[in-house]
Amino acid sequence: MTEGEVVARLESGMTIGIGGWGSRRKPMSIIREIIRSPLTDLTIVSYAGPDLGLLCAAGKVRRAVYAFASLDSIALEPHFRLARQMGLVEDEPYDEGMLMLGLQAAAWHVPFLPTRVGLGSDLLRLNSRLQMVQSPYDDGQEFVAAPALTLDAVICHLNRADAGGNATFLGPDLYFDDLFLRAADVNRFISVDKVVPTADLVTEAGNEQRLRISRLMVDGVVERPGGAHFTDNAPEHGRDEAFQAMYAGSAKSPEAFARFRDEWLDVSEDEYQQKVAAR
Amino acid sequence: MANAPTTGEFTRADVCAIALAECFRNDGEILANPIGTLPMVGGRLARATFEPDLMMTDSEALLITNDQAYSWGDAKVIETYNPYRTMFDVVYSGRRHVIMGASQIDRFGNQNIAAIGRDYAHPKRQLIGFRGAPGNTVYNKTSYWIPNHSTQVFVDQVDVVTGVGWDRAIAAGPSVTDFYNLHRVVTNLAVLDWETPDHRMRLRSVHPGTTVEQVVALTGFELVVPDNVPQSRTPTPDELTILRRVIDPQDRRQREIANNS
Repeated sequence: MTEGEVVARLESGMTIGIGGWGSRRKPMSIIREIIRSPLTDLTIVSYAGPDLGLLCAAGKVRRAVYAFASLDSIALEPHFRLARQMGLVEDEPYDEGMLMLGLQAAAWHVPFLPTRVGLGSDLLRLNSRLQMVQSPYDDGQEFVAAPALTLDAVICHLNRADAGGNATFLGPDLYFDDLFLRAADVNRFISVDKVVPTADLVTEAGNEQRLRISRLMVDGVVERPGGAHFTDNAPEHGRDEAFQAMYAGSAKSPEAFARFRDEWLDVSEDEYQQKVAAR
Repeated sequence: MANAPTTGEFTRADVCAIALAECFRNDGEILANPIGTLPMVGGRLARATFEPDLMMTDSEALLITNDQAYSWGDAKVIETYNPYRTMFDVVYSGRRHVIMGASQIDRFGNQNIAAIGRDYAHPKRQLIGFRGAPGNTVYNKTSYWIPNHSTQVFVDQVDVVTGVGWDRAIAAGPSVTDFYNLHRVVTNLAVLDWETPDHRMRLRSVHPGTTVEQVVALTGFELVVPDNVPQSRTPTPDELTILRRVIDPQDRRQREIANNS
């Protein structure tokens, strides 16, 4: 598939899950394609970084379902911050582990999973979706019912896949990409740096324990070397810190973002990658 | 090297490293998870000296035995693989002590890292979000590191409760208090705790060169101040040697706080 074919399967108003973590292994080429599309009114579920920030800056986001938004080396995501402070996005806050439980509940097709996480905190005041549940067993204790975060579509970036969607990560952590891909029943798309024959997957991964994404979880594969740029995608490439700093600087004014958009977003992905290589 | 510090000299950051290390005393075999440069240096010092059973991260997905706080190259000695998924398992097991930061903290230890301003839908300043604070505080031991002790951070009431303080923990009942253990705050000026009958924050010690009056003036709520506030422990020559030669040879800890003298 191409990024354009992925985006053609998405609709305005959808709840879209995005894999990766902070500014690490984000499916940025698909994010850039969404920004060029007429899609709007999206609910984004993410351990968020520039994925959420860019989509907010481009006016694509109605609601953010997140536990944090960070660029890692720059602590706060500047575009998300701006959108929040201007009151432009609805905010549905979670704890990191609670977000994991919500994805797990969706993946297991149950409406919630009980947890102590959130008790005593303002999550219960500020996230109107959160409800309490009482243990039906002898302890009778009250817990938070972390709600199933069922997704309409999912996008992730992995390192290698075969054409059917069996995929692997080569970096330090899968993060929660497998849970994201299981939290939707349809519209599960991955981009990868390289598509390889199935027979080469184990060799590419290094061992079979790294084959954590199967084609049961994937509906389409986009081959896009550098598709995670400018986020970290070890061992293919580190985070492009200079580029990220420029991106962060584009939150300084509408004019600055217009210039960033003109140069880096309103161009085809092929052109983007050529311009990055020429920097 | 006429101007090089002699073995007996130490900085404020060195005292903070000791105070942060002391947070982990008697923790035994748990995952010590200090977040930030100085807390990581303090945790490494605790393990290298008096708490040898601690497990510690490489700030990513591995638990390693190296005493160095950063820059291991190929020299990492890996004990286990600890991706984020596993980290939450560790949190929920209770076998972890995290040291977090706080943009605001109140007398009972309620922490805010999510947003500044009373209208959450339209915050004055959006911060990082709830992150792991709600889960950390109700499941495992928690301390805080505040490099800039001020009335902006130590406030009468936090705008958003991300990490749970003692008053809310007790009000929530056993589902929280079963595993709850809010331990200490280390700042650039002092060490504080909640070892009082009603769990209000107490001044535990002041760092050398700081007065009780200074700490009180820079705290935006009434602290419990004992009649005799001791001075924070200062580093031994052996500790200074380990800090300088092994744990933090680039002296990164010295750059984390203002007025580091």
